[in-house]
Amino acid sequence: MRRLPLLLPVAICAALLTGLQLALSAAGLQSYLNEAIIAAYHAIVVLGLCLLMGYAGQISLGHGAFFALGGYTSAVLTTAPLSAARDSGWVRGLRLAGALVEREDLYGAQILTVAPGAAFLAALLLTLAVALLIGYPALRLRGHYLAMATLGFGLIVYRLLLGTDWTGSADGISNVPPWHLGCGLTVSGRPAYRVQNFYIAWGLCLLTLALLLRLAHSRIGRALRAIHEHEAAADAMGIPTAALKLRVFVLSALLAAGAGSLLTHYHRGIYPSAADATQSVRYVALVAAGGMANLWGALLVSATLNFLSLRGVFGSYDHAVFGALLILIVSLAPQGPFQPLAERLARRRRARKEAAHGAA
Amino acid sequence: MPDVMQLLLQHAFSGITLGSIYAVVAIGFNIVYSTTGVLNFAQGEFVMLGGMTAVTLAAFTPLPVAIAGAVLLAGLCGAGLELALFRPLRRHSTLHMIIITIGLSIVIRDAALHIWDEKVRALPYFTGDEVSSVRLLGAAISPQVLWVLGTVGLLVLVLHVFYRHTLAGRAMRACASNPEAALLVGIDTANMRTLAFALSAALGGLGGCVISPISMTAYDMGAGLAIKGFAGAILGGLGHPMGAVVGGLLVGLAESYSVLSGIPAAYKDATAFAILLAALFLRPHGLFGSPERESLKEL
Repeated sequence: MRRLPLLLPVAICAALLTGLQLALSAAGLQSYLNEAIIAAYHAIVVLGLCLLMGYAGQISLGHGAFFALGGYTSAVLTTAPLSAARDSGWVRGLRLAGALVEREDLYGAQILTVAPGAAFLAALLLTLAVALLIGYPALRLRGHYLAMATLGFGLIVYRLLLGTDWTGSADGISNVPPWHLGCGLTVSGRPAYRVQNFYIAWGLCLLTLALLLRLAHSRIGRALRAIHEHEAAADAMGIPTAALKLRVFVLSALLAAGAGSLLTHYHRGIYPSAADATQSVRYVALVAAGGMANLWGALLVSATLNFLSLRGVFGSYDHAVFGALLILIVSLAPQGPFQPLAERLARRRRARKEAAHGAA
Repeated sequence: MPDVMQLLLQHAFSGITLGSIYAVVAIGFNIVYSTTGVLNFAQGEFVMLGGMTAVTLAAFTPLPVAIAGAVLLAGLCGAGLELALFRPLRRHSTLHMIIITIGLSIVIRDAALHIWDEKVRALPYFTGDEVSSVRLLGAAISPQVLWVLGTVGLLVLVLHVFYRHTLAGRAMRACASNPEAALLVGIDTANMRTLAFALSAALGGLGGCVISPISMTAYDMGAGLAIKGFAGAILGGLGHPMGAVVGGLLVGLAESYSVLSGIPAAYKDATAFAILLAALFLRPHGLFGSPERESLKEL
């Protein structure tokens, strides 16, 4: 019974999105789907960060770097030709394991590269390693000091990407191939694939939401909130605070990297600006505007704001409007724009229940 | 003097110059943080605002007047923003306030882009010009560097006197150590918060003027400075006045010397932050901070 009320809204959301797609396609506004897809991948990052910040109370100003780490690993591995090393032992081994794929490059020549699926796995493994390495010492820091450490980590990644030749320096990496997932599904930015990509992106986003909602309402979620409230008290209650914080940090980093990898295949490329500090700050700001410990708020605010700003609705005032909305939402509704609504609903439900009791 | 020594000295001077700029921003962070518990991420934007205003004013007024005008404007801006945005907030956590300062920095940056443009400007050198140099211990430095160092030194001194020996300064310190007790002895803590914002903004504005001839002024310079200044404040230990100066200088020196160590110049920021991370992991509360001090003002 507990499971139903939690997942019902997710199902309703999925139905609404299907309706949206059908309506947009019927109205000939298919191009709107493009921004909706990109917004979905960014929303996955925001959702992961929401669990870390809102529930566990640990700030991270470095999630743009994890996003870029995932995207760049996929981009580098799927574009670097291994044809020259065709006969070496490790290439043959990888090929036998099915991790390599022979494809045509832009000019029609045959090249051998890592398959997108294997690159995705490599991206997740690399992110896992980096997140553990950074998270272990960083999560011992608190408050502003943790913010600084994660910000510093993000800047290091950004500078390394910007200054290294094989990550394309300031140009980034382009010509990343599409990812054929099987079952006729392909992650690709071509207009012909747009509708299925809309469902892939939003399907993954809602799946993330459902998983995180379950997690937040489980024993682990309650433990995280205890850590947020009072870490020493949580420790005294026997909650393994350090291990839990690290696990949530790694989980949110993996979500960011996965979204980065998929969006890189969709975009056919990735650029250093993905790891920029302003991008990381934007993710944090979206979590805050969604109401901190509010996964639904984070999803709705981030998807809406990103969609509008990607559509160019705010014109040349894009940043200014984003900043102003941020200030407005946080100062007027610190619990998220949907909290006042939810409170009113709860109050009405309680009133109705009391009225029913009174009648009986 | 051997060449190596001269090289080291030259880098030390450039590091100290960079570092003193970061120190100004770090001091600004500290003034607001210790009085309000808020980290003002728009601190870098005040530096930009000061520089931009001074450049504009300098076109038709003498330089000292332009600088005074810029400092005044930045200070008023800081006070105005505090009055408009932070004073009305009652049930907001510190983290909410910090997010608001982030929003504020985005808005100010974009406003500056629309008021001025994306061009890089600079004030004229206060004395001499870009080629004139002073020999100091065998290293050549621009006179403007001496202006920067002198200003930062003077600021630290003035702030020290202000905090120790004036009523307003002592009231601000009282707010920092215990806001409720300060309220009980009749200090208007709300006004002290406004004063802290105004002071740190004016300070940032002055910093923006002094560094303008060397590091130029552009609408998007604020974010980078805020990050470096934040790094300095954190490294020194938040809320520790001298810590900000030492922290800022260390960040500048790390940046300057990382070039010397053979690491490619493109990675100098990465190196500086790697050192910062290492320092933080070893001393989780900064060089001069103490756990007790921080635990009072958690996020």
